[in-house]
Amino acid sequence: MIKEYFKDVFSGIASLLRGMKVTLSYFVRPSTIITQKYPENRAELKMFEAFRGEVVMPHNENNEHKCTGCGICEINCPNGSIEIISKFEVGEDGKKRKVIDQHIYRLAMCTFCGLCIKTCPSNALAWGQEFEHAVFDRTKLTKVLNQEGSTVQKGVKE
Amino acid sequence: MEQTTTKREDISSIDYQEFVINMGPQHPSTHGVLRLMLKLKGEIVEVVQPHCGYIHRGIEKMCEHITYPQTIHLTDRLDYLSAHMNNEAVCLLVENALQIEVPERVKYIRTILDELTRLASHQLWWCAFGMDMGALTTFFYGLRDREKILDIFEKTTGSRLIQSFNVPGGLMNDIHKDFQKEVKEFIKYFRKILPEYDQLLTGNVIFQQRTKDIGILTKEDAINFGVTGPSGRGSGFSCDVRKIAPYSAYPYVKFEEKLQTKGDTFSRYMVRMHEMWESMNILEQLIDNIPEGTHAVKMKPIIKLPEGEYYQRVEASRGEFGVHVISDGNKTPYRFKLRSPNFMNLSVMHHISRNHKIADLIAISGSLDLVIPDIDR
Ligand code: SF4
Ligand code: SF4
Repeated sequence: MIKEYFKDVFSGIASLLRGMKVTLSYFVRPSTIITQKYPENRAELKMFEAFRGEVVMPHNENNEHKCTGCGICEINCPNGSIEIISKFEVGEDGKKRKVIDQHIYRLAMCTFCGLCIKTCPSNALAWGQEFEHAVFDRTKLTKVLNQEGSTVQKGVKE
Repeated sequence: MEQTTTKREDISSIDYQEFVINMGPQHPSTHGVLRLMLKLKGEIVEVVQPHCGYIHRGIEKMCEHITYPQTIHLTDRLDYLSAHMNNEAVCLLVENALQIEVPERVKYIRTILDELTRLASHQLWWCAFGMDMGALTTFFYGLRDREKILDIFEKTTGSRLIQSFNVPGGLMNDIHKDFQKEVKEFIKYFRKILPEYDQLLTGNVIFQQRTKDIGILTKEDAINFGVTGPSGRGSGFSCDVRKIAPYSAYPYVKFEEKLQTKGDTFSRYMVRMHEMWESMNILEQLIDNIPEGTHAVKMKPIIKLPEGEYYQRVEASRGEFGVHVISDGNKTPYRFKLRSPNFMNLSVMHHISRNHKIADLIAISGSLDLVIPDIDR
């Protein structure tokens, strides 16, 4: 009885020491620290191509994008984060055509499901790598994706 | 007065005041907004009554109004720690209903991501369970290793936790070029680390005292209550969907379904520890053999399931996750029912924690590994 009692005490202490050994072994090995110094390393903190930061519409150097204003992304968005406002424009041939006026994207509502990007027939949308989204005013989270004065790239099928 | 023999009844024969307290909805060890109404006699728990619904979002109802590809992003938000498996269940259901055969590459990648998700989930469970027992170190060690998996996810799927990476017919995009290398590096690293987990917690005398013979769930009860996953396997209930109804690349891999027979908190703990080893075995069998091919088959822009009822189940980290869809031929489901493992696991709470101390209740709920959004849906 007494013998068992002491055996329990010693095996208990041994188990505690085994655990201590693990923590102490880390204590003397600072090379195993993996924490990042976040605000300091902002310059080299680059995200990957697939990273889902926000939905963006890439523009080329002539301020042209590929969005035709078809509205497929708006239909496919599960929560109404996208709103397409289109306008009519008279083209060079004198015909009236529907073009995109504002591609409104509400970052605050987006669930980053990626359906808009996947279903866009002209690949006009992409993931942006920005991840610092904190703002003081939430209206700032509603963005217009097509830049001011931008036009549709030539050759994009309507 | 009636003669009593056991010690516990002795205590109850003393006139302790009975009282009712609420544990939660804001309690650090319920890991979410779960409210347990406890009827106590002194320190002994007499009745546990879970009150769910604090984060009920009506996901099943919402799914009836959106198309099948759109439902996927909502299934992420059930059990967020097994988001990938939940996605997969919907995708498999749609693919089976339309009789689409996905490329082998997709099957392999899905299975690899499944097992990585399971590993990450069990790591988080391990560190939170240790913390519930008062071992703060485990929390940091578990999170440190989980971070490595999340980094792998982030590169390939774009998000760390709720990925929405599966789409009907395949995957959102192909894997990152470093994916295989990083997974192999991780396995090599984690094989060295996992014995440390055992040294830190499994062998610890305080931990053993607090978990052994606590919250015993018999095999019959596990079956009756529908407790699946590691919690069910801790009671010897062989319920691994990966074995019973293999999906994706599981038919191609060899792995063991580890069972424990005792059914106490420690058995449930051990099942999960073994599962981490098994997950690494599965990963090793698959990671070098990912076949070439496309990452998705072309689907019609509007997916309509033929009229009928469909059911698909997968093994999520906490048990069997099932999706039951009744389709009337439209592009939205007529009824979208989810069988979430945590709801069943919670139902057993009263049964196994009756007549235990209130501190044991924490150990029991930790060992069931409840994720509350999955319960409330
Ligand atoms: S972004 Fe794509 S899907 Fe959306 S309106 Fe423009 S072209 Fe259509
Ligand atoms: S990522 Fe999803 S939620 Fe966000 S805007 Fe696109 S479709 Fe809508």
